[in-house]
Amino acid sequence: MNYYLSEELIDLKELCAKIAEKYILPVRAELDEENRFPREIIEVMAESDLNSIYIPEEYGGFAEMFGGGSMALTVATEELSKACAGVAVSYAANALGAMPILISGSEEQKKKYLPDLASGKKLAAFALTESEAGSDAGGVKTKAVKDGDTYILNGTKQWITNGGEAQVYTVIAQTDPSRGTRGLSAFIVEEGTPGFSYGKKEDKMGIRASSTMELIFEDCRVPAENLIAREGHGFLVAMKTLNKSRPGVAAQAVGIAQGALDEAAEYASERVQFGQRIDSFQGIQFMLADMATQVEAARALVYSTARMIDAGERKYDKESAMAKVFASDVAMKVTTDAVQILGGYGYMKEYPVEKMMRDAKITQIYEGTNQIQRSVIASALIKETAARGK
Amino acid sequence: MRIVVAVKQVPDTAEVRIDEERGTLVREGVPSILNPFDEYALEEAMRWRDELGGTVTVMTMGPPQAEAVLREAVSMGADEAILLSDRAFAGADTWATSHTLAKAVEKMGDIDIVMTGKQAIDGDTAQTGPSIAASLDWPQITFVGFVRELNQESIVAERYVEGGCEVIRASLPVVITVLKDANTPRLPSLRGKMKSRKIEIPVWGREYLALPEHEVGLDGSPTRVVKITTPEIISNGEIHHGEPEKLAALLVDSLLGTEVH
Repeated sequence: MNYYLSEELIDLKELCAKIAEKYILPVRAELDEENRFPREIIEVMAESDLNSIYIPEEYGGFAEMFGGGSMALTVATEELSKACAGVAVSYAANALGAMPILISGSEEQKKKYLPDLASGKKLAAFALTESEAGSDAGGVKTKAVKDGDTYILNGTKQWITNGGEAQVYTVIAQTDPSRGTRGLSAFIVEEGTPGFSYGKKEDKMGIRASSTMELIFEDCRVPAENLIAREGHGFLVAMKTLNKSRPGVAAQAVGIAQGALDEAAEYASERVQFGQRIDSFQGIQFMLADMATQVEAARALVYSTARMIDAGERKYDKESAMAKVFASDVAMKVTTDAVQILGGYGYMKEYPVEKMMRDAKITQIYEGTNQIQRSVIASALIKETAARGK
Repeated sequence: MRIVVAVKQVPDTAEVRIDEERGTLVREGVPSILNPFDEYALEEAMRWRDELGGTVTVMTMGPPQAEAVLREAVSMGADEAILLSDRAFAGADTWATSHTLAKAVEKMGDIDIVMTGKQAIDGDTAQTGPSIAASLDWPQITFVGFVRELNQESIVAERYVEGGCEVIRASLPVVITVLKDANTPRLPSLRGKMKSRKIEIPVWGREYLALPEHEVGLDGSPTRVVKITTPEIISNGEIHHGEPEKLAALLVDSLLGTEVH
């Protein structure tokens, strides 16, 4: 389907396709096998200015050129995810880490951190999840206690994408445990801050090129000027960040699904059984037709949401959740069907579709499980219905 | 340091076919790309510019649509671009082409180095680079796999030739042709893409370069392509199956039966 992308977005898409072809495809199986972070590829992306597409011009970025940055991030993430979702998430996690600063940071914080994030000199990560705080962000136990002009952080963050690789972390911590989510605050913590260390690196089912790590804070003193927004605004900062980043996960899902569809369609055009190409069998044809339709529908929803955000719409939590739920469910379905079409070969590591199936699963889980997304959608729907009744 | 990189728009040979009857390349519907070897020349030029300062100017001779490869080179980081285009340039062989390119280099003035890929993937002649040097009466180092030193006076480069490596020092100005070994070409950047959309590319024609008609294009070309053919495959491989001992004996017998000893 023609989405009438701007010339700039087409350039961006082509550039990402080139990076994928030249740098990602040759090593994706190896990165997956070895659980290895793609540092060289991340550097190439930075040199190509990919880290700048969601950052405004005054902080060294190109967001305006792309009409805001959400659509640009969507297009880039989708294209990279076609080749490898693990590499793509390592890239996109920078945007997630930068978003609290972009959305709620002070002018000083923006000036201090965004230019280095735009140039790719530094990488970013967002740290909310803990062992007992997943879907329920109110369960955050990491504490931040004010002491003069610093905050002292204590606690452990879990499953942090880009952990150990990023230099700038936006961390959600509890400043007033008696107030639950209203007691949360957001901080910028730099790598190398005394008392901040890395814990274990996770061994995951999919997106294995990405780094997923524990962050450990032991009497870690962070300057008070690193508080994002105000004390007690952490939950709001986190929710705004996730609302805005969800189309990115959805784009990742669309990319994975498209990659799997391409593999399946190509395989079906070459594989001969019973003396004919298997794409001449209606059983396979209908599967491919459904896969293609689902991928296109997911893409249309994701692009519409990203364009809505770029257009300056203030409220998009429902659409953002819809895009994430739909696209990630499609990715799971389409990759599973792709493995089915490739049959025994699909189940083997020689072909990329089993990896795509493993990679797809996480998109239904992270940045808010699909169950949480459905709650968001339902609660928006209930509110809209109630408002209509008045 | 002022460096000129001579590039060529070529058909993507991965997609190209030969018209058996006419003995020519079938170019219709084949995508055009920047000659891959020229990317290494461009990268080498940009690396030295980044280190020593100066400018990299890309130039190509071709029809108006050849401008696309110049814009691509700008998106990768070239500073300026010049298109040599004129109906009179059509049908040029390597002599007429390099003569025209050399005139353009003279016209630019004060150029320190001309770099180009070791050859173009369509014609595969590897003549244009050396011929530019001859036309300018400059020294040349062909098949450069590594540039050891470069300063305002001289260059020291390693040329990779069959079975060895020659280290050559030459004074500037100089023409070098670059091998794949020299570097890894960078990808375009978004900053570069933005520039490449906006940059004005001057078009220089025969009159601007003050070249007489008989020195350009078909008229200026001493070579004529009479025929292009694909060599016939005269022997096919054989596949034998069986016990290793028997196969080894068969192999020895058949090798002894050939004239190769």
